[in-house]
Amino acid sequence: MADVKKVATRDSYGNALKELGAVAENLVVLDADLAGATKTAIFQKAFPDRHFDCGIAEANMIDVAAGLSTMGLVPFAATFAMFAAGRAYEQVRNTIGYPHLNVKIGATHGGISVGEDGASHQCCEDFALMRTIPGMTVMCPSDDVEARQMVKAAYEMNGPVYMRFGRAATPVFHGEDFKFEIGKGEVLRDGTDAAIIATGIMVPEAIEAGKLLAEEGINARVINMATIKPLDEELVLQAARECGKLVTVEEHSIIGGLGEAVCSLVSERCPVPVKRIGVNDEFGHSGPAAALLEQFGLCADNIVKQVRALLGK
Amino acid sequence: MTPEEKRALQLTAVSVREGILTSTHGAKAGHPGGSLSAADVFTYLYFKELRIDPKNPRWEDRDRFVLSKGHTAPGLYAVLALRGYFPVEELPRLRHIDSFLQGHPNMNTVPGVDMSTGSLGQGLSAAAGMAKGAKYLGKDVNAYALLGDGELAEGQIWEATMFAAHYKLDNLCIIADINGLQIDGRTKDVMNTEPVDAKFAAFGCDVVKVDGHDFDQLEAAFARFHENHGSGRPTCILMKTTKGKGVSYMEDNAGWHGKAPNDEEYAKGMAELAEARKALEV
Ligand SMILES: Cc1ncc(C[n+]2csc(CCOP(=O)(O)OP(=O)(O)O)c2C)c(N)n1
Ligand SMILES: [Mg+2]
Repeated sequence: MADVKKVATRDSYGNALKELGAVAENLVVLDADLAGATKTAIFQKAFPDRHFDCGIAEANMIDVAAGLSTMGLVPFAATFAMFAAGRAYEQVRNTIGYPHLNVKIGATHGGISVGEDGASHQCCEDFALMRTIPGMTVMCPSDDVEARQMVKAAYEMNGPVYMRFGRAATPVFHGEDFKFEIGKGEVLRDGTDAAIIATGIMVPEAIEAGKLLAEEGINARVINMATIKPLDEELVLQAARECGKLVTVEEHSIIGGLGEAVCSLVSERCPVPVKRIGVNDEFGHSGPAAALLEQFGLCADNIVKQVRALLGK
Repeated sequence: MTPEEKRALQLTAVSVREGILTSTHGAKAGHPGGSLSAADVFTYLYFKELRIDPKNPRWEDRDRFVLSKGHTAPGLYAVLALRGYFPVEELPRLRHIDSFLQGHPNMNTVPGVDMSTGSLGQGLSAAAGMAKGAKYLGKDVNAYALLGDGELAEGQIWEATMFAAHYKLDNLCIIADINGLQIDGRTKDVMNTEPVDAKFAAFGCDVVKVDGHDFDQLEAAFARFHENHGSGRPTCILMKTTKGKGVSYMEDNAGWHGKAPNDEEYAKGMAELAEARKALEV
């Protein structure tokens, strides 16, 4: 996919905030000394008095956002996924989740594609942490187009939202006519031999895997599951019924993320074999993003291998 | 304030204390000690200081109050009931399985509660967000947060105070209940937070020290908060109090932090409060 346009979804986040800011007067943005990296600096440049840097104090930032939301503002709080979901977990749980406040958390630098910074910054646990909070919407966009629409959709809905954006530039495969809807998966390729359900930057890899498998005569359905919670249960169950075998792919621990959400659902309502592709209960390490993704099996080649194995081929 | 006004506040504070005993007795659980130490400031806030409308609890331009030390919900609920947010008859149903009076404040079930709290260290940040929001929106709204002295060991309190000073939140009033006790004993033994005044001053607040059971001093402290508007400095009121104040056997006793009175203790406490009322009425 060398000729494909690539954009990091954190850039999409910053750009979408700026675009929304022009029309959404009650939107304010918070950051914790990472505005350049989370890309909220793009918003800050356009609307300096609506961007509140909180310094390196993520717990305080999350609860300040809660307070702002009770004043009728719609705060978007940004920091790395590690600190938004990790450091401030209990703040999110008790002061945003429990009162169900209208706060949007834009967490960037999710997963191992953070790259060179290494394991301390490669958060592979955020979906798990955020999913356990009642009423929390958890999303991860697959490309720039979806990410920008997701930010807008998050603004338009009432209630707490956690969005994970990526650091690395990844392929843009959606056309501008794409319509994102919270809670709805997207079938990108049809097939009934198996279904590959992917989220975030694993979606372009799943598309590629779908193509490679088709060349071998295996017709896999490829699904983009940008909303991890609430899960598009109908789409998953339909895939389970029609394809009989599922592979989930996420740049996240195999514990607690999309894979487990899918497993829980199908084991109760339509038991079929599921293979979870993700980070296998281990920490990441430093390296270039692309090399890491390959090393951890978060790539088209490994998806192809796992689908074959699941089909006994 | 006039002597009449002061007496009215003192009488209301007795009712708040009765509400604290009644609710914790009815719950067979809850936190009377820190509720009683703050009973006078609860009374002052809800009967004199806050711009609020009990008939319209979600009035957009009301002042905001965050009980950062959320375990002292019995005190907040008692004053809210007395101020007319809900019937005082609900108080004994505190913590019951079908009651809206949750063990810790819930902004979605209890009318008049501005922020859900209970996990210590977080409420001041939320109040700072409210104060910042009010400033951003150009609203003349004040935000108040009540903290415990044990709670001051939470690092987030200092993150929030730094934030408040940085953003010049002179519409934020930090109130700390310095009753000298927390769960494991005396605050100075468990984790010494002193000198609290110097710390808040160093973090950019105008610090006022008062006797938290003296309405004249509370009035002066809140007057100073209003004078500080325009100064760019948050105000921090440090109230010296007695934990368990007004109920002899609970006073200055860490054992009464989170324990409900049994029937006998309840009767004794209520009798003492009835005495206090009688003394004020003559
Ligand atoms: C984060 C957190 N840790 C621990 C507790 C348990 N806890 C409840 S009250 C309390 C002591 C509070 O002491 P202080 O702040 O002095 O309050 P007060 O004396 O006014 O009751 C503790 C440790 C809690 N609610 N939240
Ligand atoms: Mg104390």
